[in-house]
Amino acid sequence: MAVAVPPFETFYESHKTEVFRFLVSRIGRDGAEDAFQETFLRALRAYHRLEHGEHLRAWALTIASRIVLDGRRRQRPQGEMPDLVTEDGRPAYEELAPFTDDLPPKERAAVVLRYGYDLGYDEIGAALGSTESAARQAASAGVRKLRKEQK
Amino acid sequence: MTEILTPELDERFRAAAAAEGLLDVAYDVFDDTAMGPLLVGVTDRGLCRISFDPEPERELELLARAYGPRVLRSSHPVDRVHRELDEYLEGKRRAFDLELDLRGQPDFYLRVLAELARVGYGETTTYGTLAARAGNPKAARAVGTVMNRNPVPIVLPCHRVVGANGSLTGYGGGLHRKEQLLRLEGAIL
Repeated sequence: MAVAVPPFETFYESHKTEVFRFLVSRIGRDGAEDAFQETFLRALRAYHRLEHGEHLRAWALTIASRIVLDGRRRQRPQGEMPDLVTEDGRPAYEELAPFTDDLPPKERAAVVLRYGYDLGYDEIGAALGSTESAARQAASAGVRKLRKEQK
Repeated sequence: MTEILTPELDERFRAAAAAEGLLDVAYDVFDDTAMGPLLVGVTDRGLCRISFDPEPERELELLARAYGPRVLRSSHPVDRVHRELDEYLEGKRRAFDLELDLRGQPDFYLRVLAELARVGYGETTTYGTLAARAGNPKAARAVGTVMNRNPVPIVLPCHRVVGANGSLTGYGGGLHRKEQLLRLEGAIL
């Protein structure tokens, strides 16, 4: 049986810290403050239409990564090169970020959630509002494109 | 340190959520009242819940079931209730000027609660009298149940309803609270 969504307070308290850390790692402290608020306002706008309370962590992180992506589309200056420097010990999603920004949103979200956050395809499917097999396809399509870009 | 979510940012989100009208219920817990901690919930229609000894988790589930899942702690929407409760508990207010949201209450409950609302500061009435006023003189026991499930005690003054022999009988928030409220109003010495 599907689990009913918990009260929003419970959802927010469970995921606010991780969402904020994720945003800081992607866009820095200053941008993260506005993006944090926007992430949970967006979640709140859709919350009463969720049909069950599974995969809420993946759902919150997906909303956050879409907001990061929307911000980049608006702000990216012409000719900016992605920063390819990575250091040991940085979270995997940070290392993925510069590579995945040019993927279509669904493929990008699937790649980041699979390889950066280690979510299962069933969770990713739920987060993206589609199915496990669609999530698997999106992630593998994303990875194929990344491989092509690297050549 | 840069990854720490500050209380300011947390509060800013809670305020924005309420300001955008996105909440089914905004609630807060007042820790410092003369009655002990009180959990207070409001919807866009009005006050929907006052709870003693709040166990937030259980209370939030109940609010979500009754009004919708977008239940969030947010202090601004409950400011006015907070102020009126403080004034009342300090003996500076005799009546509340608050809209109520009693959605989902059965008809009989609404009739009884409407009669209850007419029982004035410092007065008492009996379960039987209230039953008669609500149109069913034999329903004293059922009125007791309505009082016990009163969603907004203090504001709807179920503490002013006592047994036919004058005994305090019972109170959802504990008899000592009923006594404390009646003492505050000067209904008992």
